[in-house]
Amino acid sequence: MPDTLTLLHDGGSDEITVADLARPTIPADALEDTLGWDLQPEGLCRGVACVPVDQSALVREDGLDLGVLADALQRPLVTDEKHAVAALGASHHDRGQALASLEAPDFTLPDLDGTLHSLSDQRGKKVLLVAYASW
Amino acid sequence: MYEELKDEGFAVITVAIDRSAADARPWIELATPSHPSLIDTEHLLPDLYGIINVPTVIWIDEDGRIARPNDVSFGSNKLKVMTGIDSEAHLKRLRAWVRGDGPAMTPSEVRAHQELPTAEEQEARAEFTLAWWLSQEGHAGDAERHFVRAGELAPHDLTIRRGSMPIRGLNPMGFAFLKLALKSALKRKSLYLYRPLKDSA
Repeated sequence: MPDTLTLLHDGGSDEITVADLARPTIPADALEDTLGWDLQPEGLCRGVACVPVDQSALVREDGLDLGVLADALQRPLVTDEKHAVAALGASHHDRGQALASLEAPDFTLPDLDGTLHSLSDQRGKKVLLVAYASW
Repeated sequence: MYEELKDEGFAVITVAIDRSAADARPWIELATPSHPSLIDTEHLLPDLYGIINVPTVIWIDEDGRIARPNDVSFGSNKLKVMTGIDSEAHLKRLRAWVRGDGPAMTPSEVRAHQELPTAEEQEARAEFTLAWWLSQEGHAGDAERHFVRAGELAPHDLTIRRGSMPIRGLNPMGFAFLKLALKSALKRKSLYLYRPLKDSA
């Protein structure tokens, strides 16, 4: 009996139907909408960039193997089968490359009133970015 | 500090790495900030910038480029006895940079001081995301395993180890934290609380 897996990724979440929670798959036609990648003969592609992938392991009867997909993209995939939820994290390679480029990653976060602010709103000024916490 | 420099093309953005606006509110109101004071319940900023503890300060120039990477600085010297970090040195350097009197780092210096995220740190962040989601869905018991796993994967990441304490019903100022701080003092090489950049002028 198929289950619904909640996939937490890129700051949001998607519900995907899976045949086996222990080996979750993602429908091939949902790959591009969900994760922004497309399966091509040369591998997984996003725009002009492609990464190689073992297609015989990736493509299964019921969809694309999420574990193989995560490995190919160097993204961590952690799951909790009991609650049918998984988190697909960001690749250390992608994050490292972005930081090493020295271009400050843009972000949008709310203030106490829920108003959204972005780092890029401050372009043209020198910015001191301070992360702190109550703990 | 901000008032003093705001006419010189300078902005401060503070981001509270907290589980709710309620946690961050007293701090934000205490400071009565005239700058964007934001709340990051999902730990987006730690993920994007490889932040492993607070406070972390990062300088970003007019073109949106990192002029000085993750460093530790406090707004005042109130905690100096505990942390050994002098806030004056950072403020002095910051003032000079904003006024154009002193350089930030060169790009190669920034690169040399950056610690880029590792695969383990990113997996720890994914475990934290999962644990935080479970906890918000009312599965605190099952979330615990993932918080613990996150801490094992990145024992030096205090945004996970200390930042998860209020969610898990542990006191971040209490015994659980003291134990962590003590371990940190004993094992300075692998785990330490505050890691200021070593470029002191």
